[in-house]
Amino acid sequence: MNKKTLAFPYVFWSVAFIVIPLGMIFYYGLTDKTGAFTLENIATIATAEHSKALLLAAWLSLVSTAVCFLLAYPLAMILANMNVNQHSFIVLIFILPMWMNFLLRTLAWQTLLEKTGVLNSILAFFHLPILEIINTPAAIILGMVYNFLPFMVLPVYNALTKIDKNVINAARDLGANSMQTFFRIIFPLSIPGIISGITMVFIPALTTFVISTLLGGSKILLIGNVIEQEFTQTGNWHLGSGLSIVLMVFILINMAAEAFFDKNGEGTAL
Amino acid sequence: MNKLIDLQHISKTYDSNVVLDDMNLYIRENEFLTLLGPSGCGKTTTLRIIGGFETPDRGQVIFDGCDITSLPPNKRQLNTVFQKYALFPHMNIGENIAFGLRIRNKPQNYIRDKIKYALKLVNLDGYEKRMPDSLSGGQQQRIAIARAIVNEPKVLLLDEPLGALDLKLRQDMQYELIRLKNELGITFIYVTHDQEEALTMSDTIVVMNQGYIQQIGTPETIYNEPENAFVADFIGDSNILDAVMVRDELVEILGTRFACVDKGFGQNKPVDVVIRPEDVELVEPQRGILQGVVSHIIFKGVHYEMEVTANGFEWLVQSTRMFPVGTPVGLLVDPFNIQIMNKPESEDEEAIGCDE
Repeated sequence: MNKKTLAFPYVFWSVAFIVIPLGMIFYYGLTDKTGAFTLENIATIATAEHSKALLLAAWLSLVSTAVCFLLAYPLAMILANMNVNQHSFIVLIFILPMWMNFLLRTLAWQTLLEKTGVLNSILAFFHLPILEIINTPAAIILGMVYNFLPFMVLPVYNALTKIDKNVINAARDLGANSMQTFFRIIFPLSIPGIISGITMVFIPALTTFVISTLLGGSKILLIGNVIEQEFTQTGNWHLGSGLSIVLMVFILINMAAEAFFDKNGEGTAL
Repeated sequence: MNKLIDLQHISKTYDSNVVLDDMNLYIRENEFLTLLGPSGCGKTTTLRIIGGFETPDRGQVIFDGCDITSLPPNKRQLNTVFQKYALFPHMNIGENIAFGLRIRNKPQNYIRDKIKYALKLVNLDGYEKRMPDSLSGGQQQRIAIARAIVNEPKVLLLDEPLGALDLKLRQDMQYELIRLKNELGITFIYVTHDQEEALTMSDTIVVMNQGYIQQIGTPETIYNEPENAFVADFIGDSNILDAVMVRDELVEILGTRFACVDKGFGQNKPVDVVIRPEDVELVEPQRGILQGVVSHIIFKGVHYEMEVTANGFEWLVQSTRMFPVGTPVGLLVDPFNIQIMNKPESEDEEAIGCDE
């Protein structure tokens, strides 16, 4: 058996589940109901409803990514400085929720945050003002941060542990105090990990429709929700595909921009 | 010359592992001092304590008259060259060298001149714009040295800096380091497990084992007059034998009496004797003090290395004359070349000797 034969299952897989579906999206996206070529589906992104959904999704993802970064970086620093026994336990705590179903975890947040939910019952018990957070952008951000935080922690943690301790010692030795060592050595050397983390949080956050449906109610539409509705409710596959193409291009532009900043090419941006 | 660095009663323990025990050592200005010993002897810990990367459990580090024991590394007037170079991978060579100067806010043109000067000093003119990973190991090590010396430290600490280089390059770098030391006129504290490196470069060698200083001396003293069996064994090849000091200037080795030059050990006192393989002369059997048979021979280039069985002991002998295996030979040793050493007094010291 030669090597090419062995590759066949993968070639089949790629064609059946990547190339053909992509081709179909492009076909539907660039045609109308009669099958004639059109750019109309793509152009609908310019309508107020759609562009608002895309911009809102981009904005919420950006905020979630920033929050994830601010939470994850100090945590990754603490983990990287721990000894092996301690950190594997903490890493486990962070990975453990990922073993549970993503939908279940998000549904759990819905129950927690509801007007008559667990959180508000506790607040009411202590006669504290209740939180009206469910069905707001804040709830969506909370859901995104909660679900995607580990994807920021792990790459940053990996990048930090890869830094040679002697490189840090050398900076101290050459007169840098701990702040200078951090900003001139540790932070620049962790950028590949940060880039990976941003990619791994920003893109799933941008395309999500589950989090926004469950925690944002039906009032807040993200681009993911719009596309989902075109396929499942309106049944307009052409429009859904067209918007998917726009979203793909939007992501590609973002990744190209990230790759530009990640000059060392160590990140997994593309 | 006055003491520049004075280590007083330094002790350091990791978990329950004693790395240094009540160590006392001073380093003079402008000295090339080498800490030599097998891995785990405490030499690197000593260097890290001087550099400020470790704090001793007990004891003081005095630098130029001031106690710097708890001063962080960035406040110390000394710089370190690390074993694996530890260049900043995201900066080019120029930025690497400039790092310490930029931290101290030196003016731009001063920094530029210093980079040029340092690169010239390590024979790497024009490498400012290269990235560290495009350089060979030897070049990276030179840059690490350049990066340290532009800060004009009073002391340069070198932690096995040649360990990762191949033999030829290592030998070249040894001469390079001696030249640098002479041009800069600063103190070098050098850590190595390589006895040849230590002998080649040092003014003073400190032989360490299991957290204790075994002997301090010039390379000649350490080689020719080792104070104990550990030092004799660690530095160069040697024949180490049990012997009895019959009286001053007479020692009995393997039942045969040898004239020697040492005095003051007392009468009929058990001692250790070290005889270097190049100091054993092979002659015709009837002329020798001992008679033996050549049991093994290897050609080493400059000389032949032979094992000679005599009085039940395998003598290591180096000679430019070749004696085939099986040849009966006589052994002669010049009294001056018999080095008498006290036997370890306690079991503790005994353990030190057995380590290698």
